Amino acid sequence: MKRQQLMANVMATLRSVAPEVNENELVADQPLRDQVDLDSMDWLNFLIGLHEKLKIEIPEPDYARLRTLDDLLDYLGKKI
Amino acid sequence: MIEFKLPSLGSDMDEGKLLQWRIKPGDSVKRGQVVAVVDTSKAAVDIESWQEGTVFELLIQPGTTVPVGTVLATLLEAGESAESASQRIAQAPAAAARRRVSPAARKYAGDRGIDINTVIGTGAEGAVTLQDVEHAAKAAPVPGQPSAADKQQAMRNAIAAAMSRSKREIPHYYLSETVPMRNAQAWLTTANAQRSVTERLLMAVLQLKSVALALKKFPDMNGFFHAGIYQPSAAVHIGVAISLRQGGLIAPAIHDVADKSLEQLMHDLSDLVRRVRAGSLRSSEMSDPTATVTNLGEQGVEAVYGVIYPPQVALVAFGRITDRPWVNDGALCVMSATTASLAADHRVSDGHHGALFLAEVRERLQRPAEL
Repeated sequence: MKRQQLMANVMATLRSVAPEVNENELVADQPLRDQVDLDSMDWLNFLIGLHEKLKIEIPEPDYARLRTLDDLLDYLGKKI
Repeated sequence: MIEFKLPSLGSDMDEGKLLQWRIKPGDSVKRGQVVAVVDTSKAAVDIESWQEGTVFELLIQPGTTVPVGTVLATLLEAGESAESASQRIAQAPAAAARRRVSPAARKYAGDRGIDINTVIGTGAEGAVTLQDVEHAAKAAPVPGQPSAADKQQAMRNAIAAAMSRSKREIPHYYLSETVPMRNAQAWLTTANAQRSVTERLLMAVLQLKSVALALKKFPDMNGFFHAGIYQPSAAVHIGVAISLRQGGLIAPAIHDVADKSLEQLMHDLSDLVRRVRAGSLRSSEMSDPTATVTNLGEQGVEAVYGVIYPPQVALVAFGRITDRPWVNDGALCVMSATTASLAADHRVSDGHHGALFLAEVRERLQRPAEL
């Protein structure tokens, strides 16, 4: 899957948790959860959404590597 | 004849707007069935009926805002026929016609297009006074859809009213306790390592269960203070403070928390958060929390001192889990810990008992496998 396509999937999933999020306001190399104000329940729902959409498993120990949008796209790109 | 009235869905609600009927005349209604959807200032709530019967008449039209306690519909009891009910109502108009309405109130209502029959009278023998109509006029919906800003303001007003009442009426006391979280975190990490992302647990669930088990042991923290009398509750229904993304706060209940497994609680919590966001809460969840738990730690604060949500008498709050310097057996070490705090009602309990309660919460969190 191309990065652009992956990004579209990530944004669609993110909007299902945080409908107000504006893609253009997100800084790709800054912590995502701070920018979008995702608590642990929102974060878990976001990961469940990605799991269901992209059919990938994201083990909990990997959470720490998923700080920014760039991190997330790199990680997902390798998994798919 | 059963009168189905608009219930109060919390101390911050004094009116509601009927959005939708889920029943029609002739339908049979079971206990717990959702019969209507009502918009409070915070959320659209599915209203359940706690009585059984057959719908006779829907008295209020969708789109109408009415005070709490207004009769929304009438239901026939088992064995009651529509004819006998009609006869009673045929006699009743006499009573309705005799309803006392002050001339000033009638004129005020007429000038503003307010249906005088929907106004609740507070005067002698239920007479409708000018003040009642003025109050009803204020409660009446503004023509057109309320804007998002109006809804925000209404929610802020509702929260302000409930919290002002709390601070005015409840003599709060506050206690806090540092709770080591190393055991709970280690247990959670191990438990989640074996679970798919859809089955993982959150620390919030362990905290909820610990509080629920402690509440069971300390009935003076779990119940309702009504009209000068405290009634402890045998059931533990915990109100979970959930912030709304558009601003504001709502604290609906998860029922019977002490009796549920962590997996069931996780399911219930996810479901509750999802329905809060989607605006489909049930009236029983709004009206019966016996105590509240809030967790602002994720927003980065170390400790939270909450305001009790009346008529409850206690609120437990958790702050952020951080690594802290800690002394263990005389040696300095690093310990992951959170600050748990209790806001409780001095009319019902004292600091001594509150301290024992918080210690119980702390101890429960040290033995996560038993939760």
